[in-house]
Amino acid sequence: MRRREFIKLSSASVGALMLGSQIEAENWLANPLARVEEPWHAGEVTTMYTVCENCFWHCGIKAYIADGKVFKLEGYDENPKSRGMLCPRGQAAIMQTYDPDRLKKPLIRQEGTKRGDGKYREASWDEALDYIADKMKLIKKDYGSESVAFFAHGAGDSWFAEYLPAAWASPNAAKPSVSICTSPRETASQYTFGRGIGGHEPIDWEETDYIVLIAHHIGEDTHNTQLQGFSIARKKGAKLVVVDPRFSTAAAKSDTWLPIKPGTDTALLLAWCNVLISENIYDHQYIEKYALGFEELAEHVKDMTPEWAAKITDLDAEEIRRVAREMAAYAPRAIIPPGRHTVWYGNDTQRMRALYIVNALLGNYGREGGFYINKSPYLEPYPHPQFPLEPAAGGCSGSGGASTVESSYRPPADAGKFFAHTTAVQELIEPMISGKPYPIKGLICYGVNMFHSIPNVPRTKEALANLDLYVAIDVMPMEHVMWADVILPEATYLERYDDLLGTAHKTPFIALRQPVIEPMWDSKPGWWIARELGMRLDLMMYFSWENIEEYLETRLKKIGSSLDKLKAKGTIVQKGRPYLKDWEARGRNPFTTHSGKLELYSQTFKEAGFDPLPVYQETIQAPAAHYRLLYGRSPVHSFAKTQNNSLLMEMHSENAIWINFDEAAELGLKTGDYVYLENQDAIREGPIAVYATQRIRRDCVYMVHGFGHKAKGLKIANNRGASDNYLQTNYTLDPISGGAGLRNNFVKLIPGATKPRHSRIARLAKDRRI
Amino acid sequence: MARLAMAIDLAACVGCAACAVACKLENEVPAGDHRLWIRTTESGIFPDLTVEFRPEQCLHCENPPCVPVCPTGATYQTQEGIVLIDPEKCIACGACVAACPYDARFFHEDGYVSKCSFCEHRLKDGRLPACVETCPTLCRSFGDLDDPNSDISIALKEADRIDVLRPEQGTGPKLFYLNSPKKYGLNQEVAK
Ligand code: SF4
Ligand code: SF4
Repeated sequence: MRRREFIKLSSASVGALMLGSQIEAENWLANPLARVEEPWHAGEVTTMYTVCENCFWHCGIKAYIADGKVFKLEGYDENPKSRGMLCPRGQAAIMQTYDPDRLKKPLIRQEGTKRGDGKYREASWDEALDYIADKMKLIKKDYGSESVAFFAHGAGDSWFAEYLPAAWASPNAAKPSVSICTSPRETASQYTFGRGIGGHEPIDWEETDYIVLIAHHIGEDTHNTQLQGFSIARKKGAKLVVVDPRFSTAAAKSDTWLPIKPGTDTALLLAWCNVLISENIYDHQYIEKYALGFEELAEHVKDMTPEWAAKITDLDAEEIRRVAREMAAYAPRAIIPPGRHTVWYGNDTQRMRALYIVNALLGNYGREGGFYINKSPYLEPYPHPQFPLEPAAGGCSGSGGASTVESSYRPPADAGKFFAHTTAVQELIEPMISGKPYPIKGLICYGVNMFHSIPNVPRTKEALANLDLYVAIDVMPMEHVMWADVILPEATYLERYDDLLGTAHKTPFIALRQPVIEPMWDSKPGWWIARELGMRLDLMMYFSWENIEEYLETRLKKIGSSLDKLKAKGTIVQKGRPYLKDWEARGRNPFTTHSGKLELYSQTFKEAGFDPLPVYQETIQAPAAHYRLLYGRSPVHSFAKTQNNSLLMEMHSENAIWINFDEAAELGLKTGDYVYLENQDAIREGPIAVYATQRIRRDCVYMVHGFGHKAKGLKIANNRGASDNYLQTNYTLDPISGGAGLRNNFVKLIPGATKPRHSRIARLAKDRRI
Repeated sequence: MARLAMAIDLAACVGCAACAVACKLENEVPAGDHRLWIRTTESGIFPDLTVEFRPEQCLHCENPPCVPVCPTGATYQTQEGIVLIDPEKCIACGACVAACPYDARFFHEDGYVSKCSFCEHRLKDGRLPACVETCPTLCRSFGDLDDPNSDISIALKEADRIDVLRPEQGTGPKLFYLNSPKKYGLNQEVAK
């Protein structure tokens, strides 16, 4: 930074009043030790639009660049995601780009070492890419193209879970954002309303008057627009009910907190159906006009009274009844949003069905203050020959995965394990070990944290050890990355283009991800890596575009825009069709289920051997002396992605295990003590700090997900806090959605751990100034 | 002359620290130091609980105790009522740090005292302070107390309850806390 010659007095400070001070301005003593540096914004600053990647929300951002460096990121008003505001993670994401711990060169695992030894030599991009392509071709020759799997997460998953695998012809492409997150809510929505929820939850926040959140941690997750909408709704006077075993941030904002027994939400939802129907306060007209199966539903829930649910849920029957009546009073401007991470106990699609059915009885789907009906933006694909396979992964943006696989290829290796068409990332691990139904021998892993998202880490490690080829494309030397045969350093989102980011929304829109600075080190953008691999895999016909600008320009020209226009605006906003009345005005039916109706009763499920109406099932109970392990979010972290970000770690540097105050006292523990956590399979994790609090029930404990990194190369993240994922050796497969229910893991607290010694974040952060 | 002030609606604030991160980047606050931080307090017994998230920063007092104690005039108050530090004049003697009842000041590693400036450099461009602009709960308002139509005046008018920190100090804070969830206020209730 340049040293400043003098301080310019602002118009605001000219003639400043020095209240009470007798010192004349001329008499001040200059401090000989002060080094007053000119701030970044004092010189020439340029701005560019792009899209955030510190979480999947993908807010439109404006980057402020001075001296070739990015100093600040802000939202901008025209982008429907950021609307001029950003969450903490989005702003601090700059620190990742300038993180000295980044992957800097392609690396090839040293000959003679095992996966996990972490010994590498630097390689050129040519050598690294040739190595991968040769191995992929060998696998294809011996086992077929299906035997290479592709796992991907982030905006670049369009290249690595869709484009490249579809061109290469592997149906084993998966996104953890499906089966370790949203698949139950998407599948349930698909078979109730005939449409998915999509990446941007279509909640009509600004219009709603009554909100019921079920373990939906708004405020602890800071999905920007959702938090804005939630806050605006409350400012406008919306009532809030929070159902959660823990007094979450959202619960702290609520009018009513229902501290439910974990695992019993379906019973509560069915009791609400019972009250709405038995008291005749559901939306008759709506149900008659749009729904199918009301009679069956009424019969099904007739004995599921609040008294029945009270015993199961550990809540008060009158409270349950009161909330149902209030919802009805505010309907249709009353809503139970679906939440996002819905893989809890394995019966999750049925719980989500119950949730949608309550919403349907309130008549809120497609109505103001309920669910609006989102629309995808109009976009055309880049013209290329038809891929041999349809992209198989599906996504949280609503698509259901490939419905059929060309008969000349084998179906995904998880076929038959569950009902939905998407792939399930955790179900593709076993075939790497067992070779059944056919072997998966290669894995291209793009931005998926294999040891901090997929349950049963020991199994994942065994699977990786078994592969013929394991490639990691990433930005940071995460633990799982340092297992790969070849590591490809990707440019961060501030240094690269990605494909156009279209969001299904009330006002559908397209936003541009573009580089605002040159890639640092020897990193390359994902599109370039995918294309270079494609060329080496004899897939040139699909990668006929010369470079990404041409690819984007072609797609934009087809919708009457251009790359230059989008660069100047950042976002193109289109018109939506949010409410049922808008659909009806055009004579269209938004319910694209089998019956063309909102299906309270699902004939499809019945025919597939599932309950056509949701049934409450008791989930696995804790073994003696164990607590159910719940987990959630920190407002300043995104999953396991941000724990090496010096600025975010200054805000929150380690997680703690929340335990009820009285339980802690019985164990002789108090806040600040350190313990180990040991799960039902005797897996130990920690040390972790105890947080003894009134804010949680006695039968469960809670920790923030994403800490407990074991990667030595992450100088800040390494060994701070503990990992919930390492403790999730058990999961319960949802037979409908393929989701991996993660909340059937239980831990004991083992006292006597010593507080780990760490350098202060502030000291580590000193070398990390922009 | 304007009287600039800020208000934070504690019924809305979720303690997400978006404001604190914005502040750090905007003002290049050194690692380990903070112009703006968040205090979380919990009270009550299960299940009757209260949690308050309270961002804290310089209150830009009307009667700032830090100003008269500064021997060089480095700490001063602008006509709009912003309390600023001229780092070129500051000798880092720490008198102001000791005088501030709110712990709002810190020693900058470059040899002077620093704190929240209401992003005075942004105000000059007609932009809001970085924390106000970014807050995803829209719980911060900023503006001129003397203008009845300013965001802040409206927010104060609409608030059910207004608190300031340590009113007994007579500092006249211009950082107002609205609608605290705490039953008995931050200190004591101030008249509207
Ligand atoms: S919510 Fe935050 S991290 Fe996620 S995209 Fe938006 S600004 Fe980035
Ligand atoms: S950004 Fe807003 S909601 Fe978040 S901590 Fe700051 S004031 Fe509170």
